[in-house]
Parts: sequence; C-alpha cells; structure tokens
Amino acid sequence: MSRIFETPLYPYQRSADQDAADPVRHPVIIVGAGPVGLAAAIDLAQRDVPVVVIDENDKVSFGSRAICFSKRTLEILDRLGVDPALTEMGVTWNAGRVFFDEREVYNFNLLPETGHKRPAFINLQQYHFEKFLVDRCRQLQSQGKPLEIRGNSKVSALRQQVGFVSLDVETPDGPYTLEADWLLACDGANSPIRRMMGLDFVGRVFEDNFLIADVVMEADFPTERWFWFDPPFNRGQSALLHKQPDGVWRIDLQLGWDIDREREKLPENVIPRLKAMLGDDVKFELEWVSIYTFQCRRMEKFRYDHVIFAGDSAHQVSPFGARGANSGLQDVDNLGWKLKAVIDGLADAALLDTYDAERVLGADENILNSTRSTDFITPKSEMSRILRNAVLDLAEKHEFARPLVNSGRLSVPCVYHGSPLNGPDEGDFPSRTRPGSPAVDAPIPGGWLLDTLDGGFHLLAINVNNAEPIEEAGFHVRVLELKSAGAGAIGERYLGNEKTAIYLIRPDQHVVARWREYSEKAIRRALRRALGNDLHGDVA
Amino acid sequence: MSKLVLKPNLSRADDFYAALLAEHETLTRDESDAYNARLLLVLANHVGDPDILAQALAAARK
Repeated sequence: MSRIFETPLYPYQRSADQDAADPVRHPVIIVGAGPVGLAAAIDLAQRDVPVVVIDENDKVSFGSRAICFSKRTLEILDRLGVDPALTEMGVTWNAGRVFFDEREVYNFNLLPETGHKRPAFINLQQYHFEKFLVDRCRQLQSQGKPLEIRGNSKVSALRQQVGFVSLDVETPDGPYTLEADWLLACDGANSPIRRMMGLDFVGRVFEDNFLIADVVMEADFPTERWFWFDPPFNRGQSALLHKQPDGVWRIDLQLGWDIDREREKLPENVIPRLKAMLGDDVKFELEWVSIYTFQCRRMEKFRYDHVIFAGDSAHQVSPFGARGANSGLQDVDNLGWKLKAVIDGLADAALLDTYDAERVLGADENILNSTRSTDFITPKSEMSRILRNAVLDLAEKHEFARPLVNSGRLSVPCVYHGSPLNGPDEGDFPSRTRPGSPAVDAPIPGGWLLDTLDGGFHLLAINVNNAEPIEEAGFHVRVLELKSAGAGAIGERYLGNEKTAIYLIRPDQHVVARWREYSEKAIRRALRRALGNDLHGDVA
Repeated sequence: MSKLVLKPNLSRADDFYAALLAEHETLTRDESDAYNARLLLVLANHVGDPDILAQALAAARK
C-alpha cells in the first residue's frame, strides 16, 4: 500500500528559470514546503503576491510529527481557505488523564467554551495537514493565483545583496541561480539558510531522548490524552498516549540521555516497550518510529534585511504543549499582510520589524511555557524531582495541587501587548479582546465572526449605527455592524461593562484599538499606526 | 473552626513553581532541605491560626 507520505506531491519539473540567460528575480521565494512554508505561500498568493516555494524533497513529511493543532491554527486555516474537511478529519479531544506510578492521579476535561466555530484542539498527523495545504496551493493555482512549488530543489548558497537575495539552487538537472526581493526561510529547526548566514540559534539543550511511535491498533482506549509520570512500564521516565485519525495512536516514551539511539529504534527493542505499556493482548502494528531530542531556543532576530525566518527555523521548543507548528502558523499570520503592504509600497519596510517584535514575544512565551513543562516532566535535580513528586502525590487527594501538575501547557495565541502597532483602549472592555489580542470568535447572525474578518482591516461596530467604511493609506476598512443586549458571546467578549464598542481589527484578526464611540479621525490615526507610521519616533 | 484552603488558590501557579525551582537551582541537597524547612516555617507563621496549621499537617501526610 502506498501511504500518503510516500507519494511525490510536487515532483521535480524543469523550470523556465533554469534556461534564462540571467538569474530570474521573484518578489518572494519561500524555502521549505512544511506547514509554515506552505501556509505562507497560500497567504501571499491569496493576496496576489507571486511566490515560489523551494523544497529539497517532493513529499509531505514522513511520520506523524506535529500532531496537535490548536483552535487558532484552525481559524488561520479558515482564513487561508483550506478545506474545512481538515478539521473534520482530525480527532477532537477535550479530556485527559494523569497517572503517577501505578495510580490515576486525576482526570480533566478542558470544558471548551461554547460559541466558537473551531474546537480547542484536534489531533491530525502532520502529513495529512501538509496534504491539505498542498491541495489548497493547487486550487489557488487553478484559479490563476501566482504560486509555484519546486520539488527536489535544494538551496546550496545564499548571497545577501543590497535590496535582494541571490540563491544557488541544486536540481536533478544541475544548479541554477535565482533572485528574490524577499526570502522566507521556513526550512525547519536545522535551517540550512540560517547556517549559510552564520546566524546563532542559542538556548537550552535538554539532555533527554524521546521515542515516538505511531502505532496502528484496534483499541478501546477513549479519545483522551493520557500522560504517565514514572509508570511501571517506563520506570523513572514519562509516557504519553494520544489518538490520531485512521486508527493510529501516538506514543511518546521518555528514554533518558545515555542510550544507543539506533539500537532503541529497532523494532525488536520498541515492541517489548509497547507491549509492556499496552498489555500483551493488544494487537498493534508499528507505522513509524523516531527518536528525538530537543532544545528550547530562538534566533536573536527573525528578520535580517531581506531574509525573514518563520517557524522552527526561527524558534524551537520542546514538544510539550503543541507550541511548535502552532506558533509557526501564527508567524505566517502575522507576516503575510505586513509583507504585502511593504511590497505594494503602502508601508515602510520598518513594518516588518514589528513582525520581529511581535513574534519574538510569542516565541519567548512559548519557550518559557515549554521549558517549564520540560522541567516538570524531566526534573533536573533531586530536589526538583522531590517537589514534582510532592505535587503529584498531593494532586491525587487535593484539588489545589492539580494546576501545578505540568505535562504541557497547551498552545494559546500570543497577545501582542505593548506592540508599537497597538492603538487606544478607551473603555471598560473585556481584557481578552484588548489591543494586541487575536479577535475571539463568536456566533453572529448567519455565521461566525472570524469568517467575516477575511484578510483586510475591519471595523466592528457593536450597537453603533454611524460607522462608515474608510479609505486610508491605500486600505479599505470595511464595517461589520452587530447588535448585542450585553448577554451572549458578543456582549461577553467585546462589550464587557460598556454599552457600545468600535473595534479596529488587523488583517491577521488581531485587535488594533477599541473605543466606545465612532470617530473617523481616531480610526484613521489608529490605522496609520497599525501600518507602522509611528515607528520613527514621532509617537504622539 | 476555620477551614484550610485546598482548592486552587495560587493566582499564577506556574510562576510560583518556577520561582521555587529557581531558589533550589544552585543549592546542594542539604542546603535545599534546609531551605524547604525555613520556607515552611515562614509560611506557617504567615498562616498563624493553629486550627489551619493542624489541618495542613494532616493534609501533607501520605
């Protein structure tokens, strides 16, 4: 049987660029066709920015890899026009159990808030996720959007020039040279682009190995996240069991530092471990096994002149909390509209430095959370282990200790507090929708709020009837009028203690500013600020 | 009799836990044990109420 990750999806094809007398210049070249690179390509092509994606491979990723996708990621995919069948294919889960030694310490239900189109999390193999993105790329191409994916094409050299980047690309037909006004390096944690540029990637190394196995089995485990601290079948270590689509289960087993990785990966060593965990009578088949180590680190900056890093190439976290691919998608969300504005000459290139400022903030938040989870899961000292075990012992009997149990703090989108693009916050409004926050979804007449915020600037006018569409700085600000009596999702999420509200929302659905009343002048001013007009020191 | 709080009451639990681990980071095991002893005495003094402290002593038993 040919599996999805064994089928070439974008096989090498000779490009006319390879026969050009002089290197061909493209507005944007994206290196890497993983979740981040593909999402970036879709966002830009949708905005009519021509993109060329270069990948050294021609298939989706091998093995499940990133499996847990957050609500914010699904919302971004909706904006990118990705087939909603992706969410339906994923396994939606809300419940989990935590075990310590031989006992269940407690179980939880995330009790997701109602009034959102998308669930809190779905589990889906990365190869399915990537396939959906490739399908969306093909759909855009068929609609005449300027998007190209070049498989089996490997960047072998990079030269930063004044105002552009020059690249050497190796192909089965030999090398050729390309130029890009902007280069997006979405080439993963081991980013060759980062290495070619000699840039640092510093942070904390965790001396640990984890075995991950995708196991196909007919099992009656519920759709829950099960996490073990120090279980009998993996003494002194941790274990995780999580369900994916197609009857595939993801198992993570901590192995410690001093192991022989190649030996541990052999089926004759993996299978007894899994039998010890699942029981002798459970029939299963190994689909994929890998051993990983991890680091929590980031680049000092994510933008270096005309080269911009996004996703794992810019920042790397431990896997606990699903903060890898999900934060990469937020990078793309943040970058797309800014790069479009700069390319169109509607904003100064300094706007791209706010991609750096806002996403560095997001990366630091993710690194902090995933480092803390890792410290809890794999205590680094005897006292750290004693305290960890004390928390687990207490959690069994006492509710107070349960919030201290840390087997991963699940990804939530970053609030860009203090961003230089944020405008006024004038009123007694809810904290969760303050300037810098991603707009919170809510049901509205005929659909969902976030579905109406489709990639441009929007004005949300709640119980306000004099708001007018605005043309400013080359942007068209559309108005969405809503009514709310105070109760209900819109009232709770956007009005708080106020009766009326005007929200200015960015193309990435983050809130710029909010007021009680409509003022055309204030909105124009906030819009110019959101485009980076105040970045040169003349902040009022 | 006042009742010991055994529902979650730490406003930023992860921050507290990280700060506690950070205190121990540079200590030897003996120093860590002594630090914990001092910490619990400081907290006991803050609580003050003997009824609460008696319930806390019982809650910590295995």
